[in-house]
Amino acid sequence: MTAQRISGAGTESLLELHFPARADRMVMVRDSVRSAARYCGFDEQTVQDIVLAVGEACQNAILHAYAGCAEGSIVVAMLHGPEGLILRVTDFGQAIDPAAWKPRDLGDLRPGGLGIHFIQELMDSADFAPAPGGVGNVLLMTKKRA
Amino acid sequence: MSQTIREESGKTVVELGGEIDLDRAPHVRRILLDCVARGRDLLVDLSQVSYIDSSGIASLVEALQSAGKGGTAFGLVAVSPQALRVFELARLDQVFTIHPDIDTALKAAG
Repeated sequence: MTAQRISGAGTESLLELHFPARADRMVMVRDSVRSAARYCGFDEQTVQDIVLAVGEACQNAILHAYAGCAEGSIVVAMLHGPEGLILRVTDFGQAIDPAAWKPRDLGDLRPGGLGIHFIQELMDSADFAPAPGGVGNVLLMTKKRA
Repeated sequence: MSQTIREESGKTVVELGGEIDLDRAPHVRRILLDCVARGRDLLVDLSQVSYIDSSGIASLVEALQSAGKGGTAFGLVAVSPQALRVFELARLDQVFTIHPDIDTALKAAG
């Protein structure tokens, strides 16, 4: 399933959050995403999975696209369609090479590098879309209704 | 996020609670590495953890590796279902020693 397939007729915007790319804002963001996922009727396990995937996507933006720069911002958008949920995480930082965006070998025990693996395991799809004006990154994720 | 630290039966027991994310993981990392540096076996109770992400997991992996280098034991205790899900996703449930409860953990050798 791709974002294109579940967008279109019957798709409604659930929420759009604009916030500074700072770790101390993530509790608030997760609370909102959790509420929206519950509103869509996902079971509690799936709600937790969606929250984790969005958290990891934002963490990637904070750590890599902005690389610790305190001035960045992130936009999280959630759209609800008949087939499921579309999650769009946009940043305006340094472009991430989609080819380099792949999970590390799990057999290599070291701190870090698990975020991409979690997103790919938990979501039905996760792909970069062209960034508006060629600035930043747009990660589109989908979660199909069970 | 909450934490308590105590000594019990010659081991250090750290109880973590709440959400361990990018914001709190550096704090957790410092606590755990300080505890490992005490040179006693370390048990980390995760029963009250409602959310943990890759940064929280990284703090625990680093503490596990530090304990391994220092020759002390490092175990997790009563891992909450939310946290266990993340350990399983990372295939780390087979890497960490996970005790079902604190009594079992304290009785375990090493």
